[in-house]
This record gives sequence, C-alpha cells and structure tokens, in this order.
Amino acid sequence: MLEIKNLHVKLEEEDKVILRGVDLRIGPGEVHAIMGPNGSGKSTLSYVLSGRDGYEVTDGSALLDGQELLEMEPEARAAAGLFLAFQYPVEIPGVGNMTFLRTAVNAQRKARGEAELSAGDFLKMVREKAKALKIDAEMLKRPVNVGFSGGEKKRNEILQMAMLEPRMCILDETDSGLDVDAMKLVADGVNALRSADRSFLVITHYQRLLDHIRPDVVHIMAAGQIIRTGGPELALEVETNGYADILNGVG
Amino acid sequence: MAVAVARDTALAARLQPVTVPDGNGWLGQARREALARLRAMGLPVKRDEYWRYTDPASLNAPEAGAASVFDAGDEPPAFGAIDRLKIVFVDGVFDAAASDDLTLAGVEIERLALAGTADIHWAHGLYGVLEARGQSPVARPFAALNTACATDGALIRVTGKAARPIALVYVHASETSDAILHHCIKLEAGADLTILESGPAAARFTKVMEVEVGPGARFHHIRVQGRDHERRAATHIFARLAAHALFKSFTLTANGRLTRNEAVMELAGPDARAHIAGAAVGDGDFHHDDTVFVTHAAERCESRQVFKKVLKNGAVGVFQGKILVKPGAQKTDGYQISQSLLLDEDSQFLAKPELEIYADDVKCSHGSTSGAIDDTALFYLQSRGIPRATAQALLVLAFLAEAIGEVEDEAIAEDIRGRLEGWLARHGTRGAA
Repeated sequence: MLEIKNLHVKLEEEDKVILRGVDLRIGPGEVHAIMGPNGSGKSTLSYVLSGRDGYEVTDGSALLDGQELLEMEPEARAAAGLFLAFQYPVEIPGVGNMTFLRTAVNAQRKARGEAELSAGDFLKMVREKAKALKIDAEMLKRPVNVGFSGGEKKRNEILQMAMLEPRMCILDETDSGLDVDAMKLVADGVNALRSADRSFLVITHYQRLLDHIRPDVVHIMAAGQIIRTGGPELALEVETNGYADILNGVG
Repeated sequence: MAVAVARDTALAARLQPVTVPDGNGWLGQARREALARLRAMGLPVKRDEYWRYTDPASLNAPEAGAASVFDAGDEPPAFGAIDRLKIVFVDGVFDAAASDDLTLAGVEIERLALAGTADIHWAHGLYGVLEARGQSPVARPFAALNTACATDGALIRVTGKAARPIALVYVHASETSDAILHHCIKLEAGADLTILESGPAAARFTKVMEVEVGPGARFHHIRVQGRDHERRAATHIFARLAAHALFKSFTLTANGRLTRNEAVMELAGPDARAHIAGAAVGDGDFHHDDTVFVTHAAERCESRQVFKKVLKNGAVGVFQGKILVKPGAQKTDGYQISQSLLLDEDSQFLAKPELEIYADDVKCSHGSTSGAIDDTALFYLQSRGIPRATAQALLVLAFLAEAIGEVEDEAIAEDIRGRLEGWLARHGTRGAA
C-alpha cells in the first residue's frame, strides 16, 4: 500500500534537516503506529506525505499503490487515496462545513473519473456518517471548524475521512486535546473504517490511543529516523519506561 | 492665491465642454445653487485630505478618457432572473424603447429631463438638497458638478410597497461618452422599494442618487458595477433616514480603471438603520475607492459599513470611512470593517477609518486589515482533494461573504455570488490574468 524509502527532508527556508532516511512499509489493511518524543519528525512525515509547502525532499521516495506521491499536488494525493487527519484542524470562516464536504467528495470523484454525487445522495450519506460520530446538524451547517471544541474538530476530521473513503489514512496526534470519552468516540469512528484494503498510520505520543485503535506494528521514531519496530508490546514498553531507555539502547 | 487661480482655471476648463442647463423653474434654481457651491469649493486636487489616495486628474479632465465598449460575452445581464421594472439609460440618456412601461403600483416614476418645467414638484425638496447637506464637513465637488449639470435621471416617489424592484440599467455605447445622471428617490412613511443598478454607463460616469427614507420606510439598493475594464466613475449616494427607517446598500465592483463610490448617510430620526456594504474585485489597472460618511444625529440608530476588496496584479483599493456621532445621539450602534485580500505583492490597500464621537453612551467599533490567502487553509482544502484553483475561489468567496451577507434577497445574493465565481474563474486568484 504505502512504501517509504530512505526519505530525507529538510526545511525549505532554513538548513534544518528533519527526516534522515525514513523507511516504512505498510501493507493493505494494516494499522501502524509511530511513536516518538517531541521533535522526532513524526508530524513532518505526515505533512511531507500529504504535500504541504515548506519542506524539501532531498532524497528518497514514497509510493502509494506504486504511484510516487512526492511529485503530486496535494489534491492529487488525496484523489489517489491519501488522507491526513490534522493534529490542528484548520478553521475556515465563511466556508460552510457542508459545502466543504460536498466540494471535496465531488472533486475526488471527478478526479477519479466518477460521476458527482447528487445533492440527495450526498445529504443522505453525510447524515448517516455524521450520526455515527454524534455530529449534529448544527455542526454541519457552521463554517468549517469555526467555534468547534477540540473534540468536535477531531470528530469532524473523522467524518471527512468517512466521507472520502481513502485507502491510506494518516492520523496525526488525533488524541491530543481529547478527553477519554471523546477519544473513545474518535477511535470507534476509526475502527469502523478499518477494512482489508484500507491502511492506517497512527502518529501519537501516548500509548492510550493504541488501547482503542489496536496497531499491528509499532515504530519508534527519533531524530528523523525509525529506530525500532515491533508489535503492540513496544508501545507498552514506552508507556512504562519512557523513551529514554530505547534512545539509550540505540545510542 | 496661486492655488485659488489654478483651481478656477481647472474648473473653467472642466465646465467648458459641459452645457450647464439654464431655466428659471425649481430645477434651474437648484442647478444654479449647485454651480455656486462648486465654484466656491473648486475641483479636488491630490493634496485634499479625501483625495490623497485617489488621483482626481482623470475626473477633472475636461474630456472623458476613451474607454472601449466592453462586451461581457457569455455572462448573462445582471439581475436577469429577477422580476424587475427596467429603466434604461444609454450613455446617460433615457431610452424609452429599451425601458419597460414606467407604471408600478404605489410608485411614481418620472424623468428628470421632463420634471424641470413643472411649477411645483416633490423633487424640489430633494434635488440637490441632500447633496448640499453632504458637502459639509467634507467637500464633494463632483456631486455639486453633477447637480449643476445633470439633465437626465429618474425621479422616483414611493408611497406603498413596490411590487417589484426597479432596475436602473446603464448602457455604454460611445467610446468617449461622459454621462451625468442624477436620481432622486423619496420613500414616504412606511414605503418599501428595492433599486437595482447595473451596467457600465459610459466612458466616464458621474452619478448622484439622493434618497429620502421616510418614517418606517425600507430601502434596499443593490448595484453591480460591471466588468468593463476601461471606464471611470464617480458616484455618490446621499441618504437621509427618518425614525425607524431602514437603508441597505450593497455594491459589487468588478474591474473598471477608476471607481470612486461615495456614500453620505444621515441617521436623522431615532431607531433608524443604515447598512452600506461593498465587494470589489480588481485585476491590474484597477483603482477602487469607497469613501463613506455616516452621521448619527438621533438616538438608538444602527449603522454598518462592510467593505471587502480582492486585489491582484497591481490593483489598488481605498477605503475612507467615517462614523460621526453627534451630541445627543445616545445608544448609537456603529460598526465599520474594511478588509482586503491581496493576491500578490504588487497590489495595494489604503484605509483610513475614522470615528468622531460626541455622545457618551454609544457602541462604535471599526477594524481594517489586509492580508494574503491563508496558506494553511488552502493546504487543508487541497489535502481533501479540492483543486488549488477551486480552493482559492472558495476562500475568496468566504472572505467576501460578510459583505454579500448584507444583501437580504437570496435570489439577488445568488446572482452576485455567481458573478464573483465567474470573475474568479476568468481571472484566477494568482499570477497573470
């Protein structure tokens, strides 16, 4: 599904290297988690994969179903099946949440050569999926993320994911700022989307999210590289001992 | 002294090609008074405080600069889907054949050109009257020039609720036309009227609209200043609101070499509301100036000024907006916002918000910003599969939404949004046109 090879990335504006050779391979239906201390490059990896400006790839590649992502515009990556759930979902005053969702769904369908959804079909689909995430009609009417609580913003991210039905989902610290109940709701939304042909990359600081979204593989990232890979037990090890032991073990 | 002489010379040259109509009736008298006002103030110069950001040279010039007649191509005429009564002016002259029958229940419509000969006319109490009141404390020479020289325009008196909007449609036919139109609109107590204005009008267009909104009356004004790239226009709206009156005006301006839209609002009776809004989009050789003066002269009145501009390729936007709260105008609620979205580094926005308050129990706020498209929001939209150009257009329309929100009629608002989408599709939001 997703194959990242020897990815090196620096900031465009300054000479700061952030990723120093990341290798990662995620198969269909797999859930991988990346954990790591602050500044290890986890969020950068998610931004580079989704095509945000400001980063320069100096080496390496990232293939989604054999297609090179790094050469595509962000919208083409989305149409190819990539989705990033933002750590800080963006507020867009003046753009209605519904308009945003419909424009996005139809733009992706158009890019894939499919017919646009009719207004009725779209409405039916969005209501169904919103209900499962406990997103009420009022939230759908409001401008994108404006006046949403932290939990509402994250649920809105998962709603977009559910509407767009991507094949490769990246969740960037989706648990940050959530209380236990909100985290459970978001995790349930994610789990409902798990399937044999959809993969997830879950970026998190803490093990607790992984209690709800059970990963197949856990990676530890530090200083721009993946330094250890293991099963779910690796997350528990971090929870118990912190990152220091792992980092020292490598160093 | 030298300055005064220069001003006199400039004014004489400006008036030389214009026929100042004579006549002894009420209209002739109003024109002579306006000419006297104009002579006393002279034409504006760039040193004048309210002309610092907009060079009046092309408006002062004796002849209108040539402007090729613009073909809007495939774009449908403004307000085409709205049931309306059309009054058409071609290069500033009423065109009866192109206009609808001027009968509308509860409304009297007359040509200025024909009204001057009457001994007694309701417009006597309005023509040049609000314009003259609006000359202080800020001089508006082109409005006085207009009152002195206008020979055509619509006189509209409303006694009830007009069944449909009246559309003033301006056609530009000659490449050097220099049109002057003066409209007077009087809404009697409780009356209700919507005025639509559209079309390029002329190579150079000078327009005054005086609006008296009677007690409890409601006036809506929606204007689309067209896509014709080369025209110049200096327009004025003077409005006076009685108790519980409502005045709402929205203007969409797309391109045009020079546009100076002045609005002078006087909230004269308690509980009156005046909203004036504008959305301007300019690409390249575009200079758009909104100059607004709102006077709160009575208690519990509300005013809103909402102006948004989208500028690219060296376009220039100007906002000069003032709220004056007179002594005794307690419980005033005044709001003013002027914002611009600069789509490149060549464009410019110049803003001068002013508040002058002589009452102690009022709520007045103002804000002015200029900025670029939010890259984070743009990336967020793109990351959901929305193509960059579509995402930019969404963000531009979102930026303009507060101004368009001042249009109450949803069908008209939709017309405006459609026009903006068309403009954005043609001009894009970045790079060359």
